Amino acid sequence: MDWQPSASIASLKSRARIMATIRQFFEQRQVMEVETPTLSQTTVTDVHLHTFETTFVGPGFADGKRLYMQTSPEFHMKRLLCAGSGAIYQMSKAFRNEESGRHHNPEFTMLEWYQPDYDHMTLINEVDELLQIVLGTQSCDIITYQQLFMTYLKLDPLSADIEMIRDVALPYDFGDFVVTESNKDTLLQCLFCFVIEPQIGLEKPIAVYNFPASQAALAQLDSTDERVARRFEFYYRGIELANGFHELQDATEQLDRFKQDNRERQQDGLVEQPIDYRLIEALAHGLPNCAGVALGIDRLVMLALKQSHIQDVISFDVSRS
Amino acid sequence: MATVSTNEFKNGLKLMFEGEPSTIIENETVKPGKGQAFNRVKIRKLITGKVLEKTIKSGESFEVADVMECDLSYLYNDGEFWHFMNNESFEQIAADAKAVGDATKWLVEQDECIITLFNGNPIIVTPPNFVELEVTETDPGLKGDTAGTGGKPATLSTGAVVRVPLFIQIGEVLKVDTRTGEYVSRVSK
Repeated sequence: MDWQPSASIASLKSRARIMATIRQFFEQRQVMEVETPTLSQTTVTDVHLHTFETTFVGPGFADGKRLYMQTSPEFHMKRLLCAGSGAIYQMSKAFRNEESGRHHNPEFTMLEWYQPDYDHMTLINEVDELLQIVLGTQSCDIITYQQLFMTYLKLDPLSADIEMIRDVALPYDFGDFVVTESNKDTLLQCLFCFVIEPQIGLEKPIAVYNFPASQAALAQLDSTDERVARRFEFYYRGIELANGFHELQDATEQLDRFKQDNRERQQDGLVEQPIDYRLIEALAHGLPNCAGVALGIDRLVMLALKQSHIQDVISFDVSRS
Repeated sequence: MATVSTNEFKNGLKLMFEGEPSTIIENETVKPGKGQAFNRVKIRKLITGKVLEKTIKSGESFEVADVMECDLSYLYNDGEFWHFMNNESFEQIAADAKAVGDATKWLVEQDECIITLFNGNPIIVTPPNFVELEVTETDPGLKGDTAGTGGKPATLSTGAVVRVPLFIQIGEVLKVDTRTGEYVSRVSK
């Protein structure tokens, strides 16, 4: 049996040092470390996330209560913010089904933090500072999603209609779906993953911001240009490292987005997910103006140790767990 | 009809791709944190041998290709078809020139070949890795020459032409690697 760890002990020592450095980083900034539930009664509605489910049987739940493994600690951390926690961070396990590969393990370690009074641009700077400390990188490049598409594909992703995007995608001969795809974002994501991403963030990290509003997730829309959301992503050496938002505060709009996700789920033949009304109520009570980001710790360690597979930086990957 | 989803993709899986039986050579999942996941695959079309690199939306399903391989011994060629037989059931199968392709020059009676069937019809004939064939034509060797100094061409009984050492004579039986088309050794009779 392959009982040995998938990462070397030397790598695990480096990993431990990196995690200590991160805790120090937040200690210095007086950001409180928190822990929130791994098992939750509700889950995300995101069409592209697959959750693990389990059943709790016990006092009060003799017939069994469905619980979901968290895909990120976002909802609980926001409830803490609404309750007046102030700046908080967490390093914890997140779980995503159907994800396994060079950059994915179905359970992985996520660093997530929230800073009241920050917007997405202030938080980009703070992520950059952390990367400079952990990876010894130079100050990151910062570019909008629109500028990236204009530079690499001569395509304006905000004004182009689906046929224009299709015309740009067709010569790359990705596959049959390009011809019939009716979702603009799927084509944009395909171009982003396979044409743009391999060309960016090679020398130093790059922060891409102002994603199309249709890919807003939990970010607020930009008040000066509602075609874009105040969402950003960090990329470095072929790895998608972090995703952050200037957080949406509007409870009604958040609920609408969850419902919209569930409508899309229904159209795609996926199960609808239970909406987290505790989060909606917390938002209605009031989320402070803040920005938050999630950063993959395993990927960060991969970059620090120049490893190409996630199994080389986690003690036991799923195949040996 | 049996189908497979992208989650079941692995090397060697046989599926219908663009209407043709194909096999997966490489498969990698690309999943952005937010948004559509894709499978980046390298696929070989079995009939043409053509290798493609394609992107597939994760979650899509494909029809399984009804492809199987069996070991059959070569019997004879009737001018149009090459006939093979299952040594246990004595069942015979005839393959056309398209299926036999280049393998024709390595077919030796009684030799066991791998026949790939698609919907029950032969689409690929793979000869054994090594075959033994007699030299029917080659220039006389130079006296005293022992080791290869580039060698010379020799025509074998099936029509195949291979490079052989200069000492090889007409009538000798050679062992040849069918995957590379290279001479291996003489076979003592």
